[in-house]
Amino acid sequence: MRTRKSARAGQYLALLAYLVFLAFPFLWLISTAFKPPRELGSLHPTWIPKDPTLANFRQAFDEQPLLDAALNSLTAAVGAAVIAVLIATPMAYVMARHRTRLARAATGWVVVSQAFPFVLVIIPLFLVLKNLRLINSVPGLIMVYVVWALPFALWMLVGYVRAVPTELEEAAAVDGAGRLRTLVSITAPLLAPGIVATALFAFISAWNEFFFALVLLKTPEKQTLPVVLTHFIGAEGVADLGPLAAAAFLATLPSLVVFAVIQKRITGGMLAGAVKS
Amino acid sequence: MRTKRLLAMVVALLLMGSAACTGGDGGSEDGRITLRFQSLAWQEESVDVNKELVKEWNATHPDVKVEYVQGSWDSVHDQLLTSFEGGEAPDIIHDASDDLADFAYGGYLADLRELLPERLKSDIPQRSWETVTFGDGIYGVPFLQEPRVLIANAKWLRESGVRIPTPERPWSWDEFRAITDELGDGDGKYGVAWPLKEPVSATLNLSLSTGGQLFHRGPDGKVRIRFEAGDQVVPRTIHDQVNTDGSASSSTLGSGGSDTLPGFFGGKYAMVPLGFSYRQQIVQQAPKGFEWQVLPAPAGADGLTQGVSPQTLSVAEDSPHKEEAAAFIDFLLQPRNMVRLALGDWMLPTGTGALRDPALRVEEDGWAVGAGLARYLRSAPAQSVRGYPEWKDKVATPAFQEYYSGAIGLGELRERLVGDGNLVLARYQR
Repeated sequence: MRTRKSARAGQYLALLAYLVFLAFPFLWLISTAFKPPRELGSLHPTWIPKDPTLANFRQAFDEQPLLDAALNSLTAAVGAAVIAVLIATPMAYVMARHRTRLARAATGWVVVSQAFPFVLVIIPLFLVLKNLRLINSVPGLIMVYVVWALPFALWMLVGYVRAVPTELEEAAAVDGAGRLRTLVSITAPLLAPGIVATALFAFISAWNEFFFALVLLKTPEKQTLPVVLTHFIGAEGVADLGPLAAAAFLATLPSLVVFAVIQKRITGGMLAGAVKS
Repeated sequence: MRTKRLLAMVVALLLMGSAACTGGDGGSEDGRITLRFQSLAWQEESVDVNKELVKEWNATHPDVKVEYVQGSWDSVHDQLLTSFEGGEAPDIIHDASDDLADFAYGGYLADLRELLPERLKSDIPQRSWETVTFGDGIYGVPFLQEPRVLIANAKWLRESGVRIPTPERPWSWDEFRAITDELGDGDGKYGVAWPLKEPVSATLNLSLSTGGQLFHRGPDGKVRIRFEAGDQVVPRTIHDQVNTDGSASSSTLGSGGSDTLPGFFGGKYAMVPLGFSYRQQIVQQAPKGFEWQVLPAPAGADGLTQGVSPQTLSVAEDSPHKEEAAAFIDFLLQPRNMVRLALGDWMLPTGTGALRDPALRVEEDGWAVGAGLARYLRSAPAQSVRGYPEWKDKVATPAFQEYYSGAIGLGELRERLVGDGNLVLARYQR
């Protein structure tokens, strides 16, 4: 009994340490965002700003078009997430349910495609998009994000589809449901947590993405948040720390909100699946 | 079926959207020329000045509209490279001279010799033009530069009674070492803190003062590295301050300049060698009542000579409006405008007319000391040497870091800089 209690205490301790490890950079970011310049240069920095100020936020908004950039980021991230899921879901279903040689080859290609570094594809991609007149356009960026997120999204969804027992679909067929009806009424609800998790993955990777946005978007009014954040960094890495922290803090919020809203659905759906199996 | 229809609609919408969102090619619109000016200004004052100047140009030049595009120092090289490759580069490009070599040799930048007016050519001294000369061409206009200076705790120095150096009577490197030894107490207080996150440019630029050259171009036009007596003074001084005297903090060797400021304000370090523009951060962040001053870097056999990589303005070779772009650069770098840009960036102008401006000669915030150093600034060594970036990243940076931390000696440093370094350069000079 005592061993179980101490093991449980150890688990909680490890969890707490992990949470502190994860939370530290974010808490430091918040603290920095509210500090005046003199406190940023202090030899003995404090967690709670002694003289908290909103000046960093004001300066960040005055200097850079943060709202426009946030809107662009949101458009790109939501667009990429929705389209990636729309494309990946039927593909994943086919790959999971029909284990043909083609499906295996496609899975292999998905794994291999993850190994391509950005720098390898960026110039050919730039030229292709230029020919399509999609440079300097958020829709062009969405296309890139969809393509970039698709392999991993597909991989995730194939796993979720495989976890749905085929017996359920067979039972529906026995009860007289057609193919479409089975997919809509039986498979899709069970896949919902997987679809949400995949969408979340695509959203967050597009929201945080920097390099493609840097290269593909040319005019200030189309730039996304990660690109605009670099405008607070000068030569040799010198940064305007206060406004940078303020802007970065604001840029982190949407990801947190989306995750907080969707997280319940993911875990809820996973638990529901666990009970069924 | 519905999914297919939906996908088709999405693709159609994307294409329609892109057609609506994609702008022109930067050329003429209703007979009016539009130029894109990508600026890397990032500090509030500097961004304001740049935008004001663009506004003033647009107000007085109705036929040539300049569009301000914000770039970032953090990613400018990659961003420009892809823009050049894709034929989408801005017309007027803000960068630094040490980033131009590949673009100039690659044919991406216009040769400005025939485009710039005589006024601008003669306003900027030859030593500054050398920073943007690659082969026979001139591929940028150097306009702002910053020497490395010593930012000192004025009260600490005053109370210690050491001689305060001036541009007319600077410290020698030996004197500097002795003074830092005197200022430190060996118990958590140091005479100097060297922020050497980027040790190569700092070392090479300061080594010009001691006759260091490192890169030697032979009669065959090929560059070879030699690590001679003049190249060794600065590295040896720093190494000995850290490892022999204990007068320099070892903990800042991997730090950037900003990281040393809290320790400087907190009284841990008497001096910090920093770029001239760091004064802005010091003004913003120094505790109330903190007394600081700007001192010239130590001098060697070649006096106060120091290498710099000025900020530059270039014109893209692909720009269909090179003359108009050059005219905008000329406007931007009129002496009165260059002064505004210099004040906004807390740097020194290259133009002799601007440098004479009283606003840049005041004692306050060390402007006068900086202005006194302007005539000693030269092109940073090796910035035109092909293969220099690889040599710097793969060979020199780790070698200097290990030497300064005491992990290797001077012999091993020489072996790596020269032996390994020449192998790297040879690949670029076949």
